[in-house]
Amino acid sequence: MAKAPAAVKALPPVPNRERPDEPKAYEASKEELLEFYKQMLLIRRFEEKAGQLYGLGLIGGFCHLYIGQEAVAVGLQSGLDGDKDSVITGYRDHGHMLAYGIDPKVIMAELTGRGAGISRGKGGSMHMFSTEKKFYGGHGIVGAQVSLGTGLAFAHKYNEDGGVAMAYFGDGASNQGQVYESFNMAELWKLPIIYVIENNEYAMGTSVNRSSAEDQLFRRGESFRIPGIQVDGMDVLACRGAAEEALAWVRAGKGPIILEMKTYRYRGHSMSDPAKYRSRDEVQAVRDKSDPIDHVKKLLDAQGVTEAELKTVDQEIRKIVNEAADFAEQAPEPEAAELYTDILVETY
Amino acid sequence: MPIEIKMPALSPTMEEGTLAKWLVKEGDVVKSGDIMAEIETDKATMEFEAVDEGTIGKILVAEGTDNVKVGTVIATLTAEGEEPDAGGEAKPAAAAPAPEQKLEATPAPKQAETGTQQLADAAKHKAEVSDPAIPEGTEMVTLTLREALRDAMAEEMRADKRIFVMGEEVAQYQGAYKVTQGLLEEFGDKRVIDTPITEYGFAGIGTGAAMGGLRPIVEFMTFNFAMQAIDHIVNSAAKTNYMSGGQMRCPIVFRGPNAAASRVGAQHSQNYAPWYASVPGLIVIAPYDAADAKGLLKAAIRTEDPVVFLENELLYGRTFEVPKLDDYVLPIGKARIMREGKDVTIVSYSIGVGLALEAAEKLAAEGIDAEVLDLRTLRPLDTESVLKSLKKTNRLVVAEEGWPTCSIASEIQALCMEQGFDDLDAPVLRVTNEDVPMPYAANLEKLMLVNADKIVAAVKQVTYRG
Repeated sequence: MAKAPAAVKALPPVPNRERPDEPKAYEASKEELLEFYKQMLLIRRFEEKAGQLYGLGLIGGFCHLYIGQEAVAVGLQSGLDGDKDSVITGYRDHGHMLAYGIDPKVIMAELTGRGAGISRGKGGSMHMFSTEKKFYGGHGIVGAQVSLGTGLAFAHKYNEDGGVAMAYFGDGASNQGQVYESFNMAELWKLPIIYVIENNEYAMGTSVNRSSAEDQLFRRGESFRIPGIQVDGMDVLACRGAAEEALAWVRAGKGPIILEMKTYRYRGHSMSDPAKYRSRDEVQAVRDKSDPIDHVKKLLDAQGVTEAELKTVDQEIRKIVNEAADFAEQAPEPEAAELYTDILVETY
Repeated sequence: MPIEIKMPALSPTMEEGTLAKWLVKEGDVVKSGDIMAEIETDKATMEFEAVDEGTIGKILVAEGTDNVKVGTVIATLTAEGEEPDAGGEAKPAAAAPAPEQKLEATPAPKQAETGTQQLADAAKHKAEVSDPAIPEGTEMVTLTLREALRDAMAEEMRADKRIFVMGEEVAQYQGAYKVTQGLLEEFGDKRVIDTPITEYGFAGIGTGAAMGGLRPIVEFMTFNFAMQAIDHIVNSAAKTNYMSGGQMRCPIVFRGPNAAASRVGAQHSQNYAPWYASVPGLIVIAPYDAADAKGLLKAAIRTEDPVVFLENELLYGRTFEVPKLDDYVLPIGKARIMREGKDVTIVSYSIGVGLALEAAEKLAAEGIDAEVLDLRTLRPLDTESVLKSLKKTNRLVVAEEGWPTCSIASEIQALCMEQGFDDLDAPVLRVTNEDVPMPYAANLEKLMLVNADKIVAAVKQVTYRG
């Protein structure tokens, strides 16, 4: 009688070069968890309000909401050092700004195109910046922020200031040519940058599978020897844990790293997108099973935070958002003379 | 018949060179591929290989001879099985004195006369030019345009550690056109950086670095390749200050050769000045001579605004007088009267200025006194100087080495119509390249390009002397 072969325990493959460790979920204190909750809720409520103001005609043009993706910006940026690390992103930028501590009032006032907006009403939803907070935009051309962010990393290294650049882009941008030109130089020059691919599954209406030959986007750096990690972008603790691992890698001078954040946007690509390319059920299923805010809520509950305490937080957040909206509605439009300012810095 | 070995042209623009070293001597047998000599051009030392097989007959130009014109017979070669020259025995090398008198180039009927040659020759013209920016009595040094550009970068880099240079072949190769020669040695590889051939990527990285507080100089091997990067120049560098309500500065210089080089065809011969000059948020500079190139490049590096700095490859090797001053910086946005005149104004920029000066001399011989105005900066345009000159001469011609449609020339025409109409005694004419892609064939290239005679004809038209 032939013996059944003994079960061979497969050994993990041995990498041919150093790789980052598998990130661990971040062990947040109750206070930290509550802070994550507040920030994520602020983004959600802010974006819902922005959607509402858009519907009222107070916000115009393109407006891309971050609802569903809150854990990514909050988890990752909570790991950064706001005094020296820089952040850059594409046009879906409200969440990243709020997560970097920028005043919701001046963001909302920019959305309504007012002189008190962070770009004095001249940028709009896609073009907002805060050099003071080391937030470098807010860029409207898909993929541009990847090269620009690599330039920020270049400056960190050149200045030897110890800072790291975090450049966000989507699954759509991950197919842009300049992304790979930047990957090549970043690894060649060992630049301190974390490339964050926010994979929300749809580049406008085109799903990752329909647009990407390699749909495991964390592998996109392999041919440049840039390691990548796939992360549950709906879990703020997983996001923060990934940030810790990535920061350790980059700050040690090992060059760039890629984080693919598996996430989902609940709303259309922009306000004008009816999102016919996916079913209502698909969206609802994610909301029911994987909502990042509900997830934190459960964790807080387990830590003994009461429903009443959370309600207080909710009210606080609503108040901040309502005040931002009031401010943004009441602030005057820019002076006509502003049309001609800020084109050039110097006078010739 | 012995084969004549002629001084080769080792680059599209080479006209003469130094025969640095002979690696063969008379009587040596050579076969194709053997290196016979080392020849120095203004950019590099090149090896000169044998094409034909045979025995070196006479060496006619001694090693160490400078300024050997392309096409000069430098040696003779007797092919295998052939009688040596005039039945004479191949004498030992030492016996033959180098015949100096043979240095003149023998006529080379096969060598095409090109339009770019005319452009470059116009710049060699020693026209009397004025420059009020240079104080009376200033000592002048003779520099090539490429040396002036290099000096401008080096001086600024010594003064400000935030400045760095990046681009293809700028460091170890010393610059594709040798503009960055010596910078790597002085400033090291942290500040002089070779990039891969990825214009879009490194233009974006340079722009991002400028946003992050550095002062990048991004060299494009030519502006033709900057089409790959134009998104970052226009969308990222030019617009961000405005979009951010004045928060995000982008002090960067994009520089490199622009417009036609010699015989390189359509994709390598475009003048992008009108493209960039149409973009609010950019400074666009296109100097003609070495003094302006130096003074304006220094200004470009210092300004807080993003600058597109358009050079011209045909001018790189030309020498000009440059003031010997410690810190020669010129104002951006100011045109320069190169030659004063009263009958007509010829407005131009970059290599077109050489043609305009040549045309002005031809016109002077016919009693027409032309003023030549070099715009120097194309954005912001010095409209005041154009209108002032128009007020004086009442007639204006724009000469531009570029296409006519939506050009700097058409912009100047619009300016004169809108703001100088009452001063006009004749329609403003533009003299430009033909409205076709750049052809390769020498005769067609010549037909395509603007030249001094076309400017002369236009001036005669506006002065009604036709």
